[in-house]
Amino acid sequence: MPPKRKTQTAVKVEDVGMEVDAVADSGSEEEARRRSKNRRAKPQRRAKQVSDDEEDEEDDDEAQRKRGRKKKARPRDSDEDDEEDSRSVKSKGSKASRRKAAKEESDEESEEDRGKKKKGGRAVSKKEKEEQNQEKKGNGKGRGGKDKDGEKDKKKKNGRMSSSSGSESDEESMSEGEIAALKEQVEEKKKLIATLRNKPWRMKRRLVLLKEAQEFVEKFEGALGKGKGRRLYAFKVMMTKKLIKFKRDFENFKTACIPWERKIKEVESHFGSSVASYFIFLRWMYGLNLVLFGFMFGLVVLPEVLMGLPYGSIPRKTVPREEQPTAMDFSVLFDFGGYCKYSILFYGYYNNLRTIGLLQFRLPLSYLLVGVGIFGYSLMVVIRTMARNSNEGGDGAEEGEFTFSWKMFTSWDYLIGNPETADNKFASITTSFKESIVDEQENQKDENIHLRRFLRVLANVMILCCLGGSGYLIYFVVKRSQEFAEMKSEDLSWFEKNEVEFVMSLLGLVCPPLFETIAELEDYHPRIALKWQLGRIFALFLGNLYTFLFALFDEVTAKLESEKSIKNATEWALNEYYANYSSFFNTTDIPPPAVNPADVVRGPCWETGVGIEFVKLIVSDMQVTYLTILIGDFVRAVIVRFLNYCWCWDLEAGFPSYGEFDISGNVLGLVFNQGMIWMGAFYAPGLVGLNVLRLLCSMYYQCWAVMACNVPHERVFKASRSNNFYMGLLLLVLFLSLLPVVYTIMTLPPSFDCGPFSGQEKMYDVVMETIEQDLPSFIGNIFTYATNPGLIMPAVLLMVLAIYYLNAVSKGYQQANVDLKRKMQMARDEEKNRRNNKDSTNQVMKDLEDLLPNKSLIPPPTDEEPPPPDVVIEKGSKSPKTKPGAAGKGVNLQKDVSLAAPNPRGPVTRAPGPRGGPPGNARGPQPGPGRGRGRSDPRR
Amino acid sequence: MVVATCILAMSVVRQRLHDFMRMIQPDEKWDCTFFTRKEILRLHGRYHELAPHLVPMDYTNDPDCKLPLALIVNMPELKENPFRNRIVESFSEDGMGNLSFNEFVDMFSVLSEMAPRELKAIYAFKIYDFNVDNYLCKEDLEKTLNKLTKEELTPEEVELVCEKTIEEADLDGDNKLSYADFENMISRAPDFLR
Repeated sequence: MPPKRKTQTAVKVEDVGMEVDAVADSGSEEEARRRSKNRRAKPQRRAKQVSDDEEDEEDDDEAQRKRGRKKKARPRDSDEDDEEDSRSVKSKGSKASRRKAAKEESDEESEEDRGKKKKGGRAVSKKEKEEQNQEKKGNGKGRGGKDKDGEKDKKKKNGRMSSSSGSESDEESMSEGEIAALKEQVEEKKKLIATLRNKPWRMKRRLVLLKEAQEFVEKFEGALGKGKGRRLYAFKVMMTKKLIKFKRDFENFKTACIPWERKIKEVESHFGSSVASYFIFLRWMYGLNLVLFGFMFGLVVLPEVLMGLPYGSIPRKTVPREEQPTAMDFSVLFDFGGYCKYSILFYGYYNNLRTIGLLQFRLPLSYLLVGVGIFGYSLMVVIRTMARNSNEGGDGAEEGEFTFSWKMFTSWDYLIGNPETADNKFASITTSFKESIVDEQENQKDENIHLRRFLRVLANVMILCCLGGSGYLIYFVVKRSQEFAEMKSEDLSWFEKNEVEFVMSLLGLVCPPLFETIAELEDYHPRIALKWQLGRIFALFLGNLYTFLFALFDEVTAKLESEKSIKNATEWALNEYYANYSSFFNTTDIPPPAVNPADVVRGPCWETGVGIEFVKLIVSDMQVTYLTILIGDFVRAVIVRFLNYCWCWDLEAGFPSYGEFDISGNVLGLVFNQGMIWMGAFYAPGLVGLNVLRLLCSMYYQCWAVMACNVPHERVFKASRSNNFYMGLLLLVLFLSLLPVVYTIMTLPPSFDCGPFSGQEKMYDVVMETIEQDLPSFIGNIFTYATNPGLIMPAVLLMVLAIYYLNAVSKGYQQANVDLKRKMQMARDEEKNRRNNKDSTNQVMKDLEDLLPNKSLIPPPTDEEPPPPDVVIEKGSKSPKTKPGAAGKGVNLQKDVSLAAPNPRGPVTRAPGPRGGPPGNARGPQPGPGRGRGRSDPRR
Repeated sequence: MVVATCILAMSVVRQRLHDFMRMIQPDEKWDCTFFTRKEILRLHGRYHELAPHLVPMDYTNDPDCKLPLALIVNMPELKENPFRNRIVESFSEDGMGNLSFNEFVDMFSVLSEMAPRELKAIYAFKIYDFNVDNYLCKEDLEKTLNKLTKEELTPEEVELVCEKTIEEADLDGDNKLSYADFENMISRAPDFLR
């Protein structure tokens, strides 16, 4: 195209001349900008003209490539463009001041541009191009701190240098700042990679971006760091990569390690999250018990087994002679008598030697510390979990503010994958909506409230009666059992022997459904009803538990009495023996009496008795639970399923139906079971192991049962994630079970002939002994000082003060929280009012204006009356047009427009024809005019 | 001879596997999603299972296959969901519910429990936005409600509920919920987790 080019040159010369004139004339900013655009286009043309044909083509390619690169959604590039723009504007400005230099300068600049172009065109390696691009970016980055003129100079220099030296390697010209900028950029890219998955973008875009970022990072990570630092840097990079990979693998491993995840998910998908929350709780409990078991087994049971004396060596480790014939009977073993009683499972088996084995393991001390440490550890774990849960629970928004919205958008449980559950969920959502509607309507005309209140009070009274009745029943049975205890065991029937356990299990079986029936009177939301139900059953179980404990204490005191007499008797016998021996053989060197350990007279060993009671309770509880599941769920399901073919009515839909999973009962069962474990673990170290087994069984058995024979709840509801309610119950039970154990440790004397503390006055004497004998004396001194009442009292006082202070602080925070919430609410209301009630305020304004004597203000109100429908239409009609295109910014834009909309209403509605065009244009691509219009309105 | 063929076959299989891994880029998707490599491979299995004749097992030449809405909606994970069509539609690039594998993975990534609340809120908003205008207007809410309750409510009740919802959550008084409104409301909901 040679001819065209010639014309271009001609045009160009003219252009330049005219331009100089024009600049001289106007000198205004906008003009300059437009000019600069021209100018920018021109040098390219000139460059083309000067270079050969081949170069021309190359140039084109290069330009295209550059454009393509710029399109890749890199904001920095657009920045750069802007910068270039502004730069030329600036140069223009300066040119305007010194007109004469204008021509030369423009020439120079174009030359510089040309040089760049040429170089870009000639650049052989792609990497170099990237480098250059990068360098520009680096400059762009550095611009923030530097002066613009300086920046310009630098650029020019760069350009000249590169133009003069041709394809000189750019790497060498990278300065410190550029490296820093590059590093920053690499870091940025890395951050992008890390957070990419949180971005709501399409996968394709993400993949593209990811690849780009990764390539970038890979390319420049190596280029960073020079000479000495380079190797270190590369090593660092490699290590970070390895670390990331390792972290990934570790994370995968961690997710693979969570047990029963799939099982629970399956249950969750069938029964919703409320049932799954029980299983998650069960799993958590299993983990806790596993740790407790680890302590108990590793520090107490195992040392005794490995290093202690074997069975049959001393009286406490031997079955007494009179029990030996029946010691292996199943009925005896089943009651944990016989060999079970004198085994590692119970307190009595442990020896009171201060140290055992080669390692000089202090077993009694370890026993006491583990017994107390179990409580400490549990307390810590429970409280930590609770704190974490409450942190997760969000800011606890005000109830009732978003009732309908939440119902609308969050009621569906996205995990449901079973048609039946889904149907139930639909039904429950419908009911809940209806309930809310009714509530909403009832808020105005509370008629039924009295009836409901009456029903609720009635229900509570009935439940209190039930609780009282069951309490009395237990008391009665315990009394009777004490009477029975004085009789000989041969005279009693099986029922009479196990009356207490039987009655307690029966109550636990009957009362919860009874409560549930009564609770239907109350008509609470199921989630609230569940809490009430839990609270009530908790009260029942607690009553049972404490009655049981008191009965146990009676037994213990009785045993202590008998033990005292036996102890006196044995001591007397021993003294007698010594006296006889010394008088008979006339020597002071007396061997111990040669009695078979099985024949030694021994005390009742109340600790083992207590341990046996707890173990029995746990076992019977386990039996009852499993049998209930088997009969109440499995057999029922089988009958309903297979008898349905030949029955008069529909069994599945009608009366017996299938069972539902009883969340409250199961959770409470678990919690109380754990309470028993905590209490009993001190007296029966084997109990923890038993419990671990039990929980394991429960997990599989209940998972199977719930999947096989239960149906989802009629009113499926979501469990709130922060199940601190369960944890709260657990904490309460922990505290309640801590009390009796600590009481016994601190006050009751241990048995004289069994257990690790035999021979001591009190159990905690072991600690004292250790402090006195094994630790340096100054620690003992410190301990005596610390236990001094004079020091303890101030410490307690200090703690109370601290509690008081923290309480006050937390109250203050709460108050601040409430205030902030109120403020937010106020701001919201204000906003709402300002926008919603525009009409009403306008109405007031109108009225006010009407009242004014001067009627000159009438026209505006008349104008303002027609618009509202217009506005609505406008919104309705315009929103779909603008929205699809405008993604992120569109929202703001729309807001702005809607803000601005009411204002021009008045003047514009008069002429709807011409108005249709401009707003559409203004709103589409350019936000500027729209905003300007809004601002320019005087009434706003 | 037999051994040789075996080895050959093995190597081919390995090569295929390698190519496949490279092409569906499990490692890179790891960065883009909340899934592990294994899970992504499993997802691909599921994807393939949906339409064995459409989806090739090896992704060597990056075939541009998409599964129609009807197939994906019938997955057990989505089958019972009242919003299944909307979910799939809002994750598909063409808006018609045709999902490529990338989008398929994307969908499950967002629906998985590791995804942060904010991301979920964004997609929830998209899902509830039936007429794709970036606002939840009354029609959207009505549709949502009818899907949730299987059209068991009377029109008056639907009307009431929709009005109430807008009244509760609308901050700027334009009678429809923008994303800001929605986000503000949903961020306080105790139940909005998955």
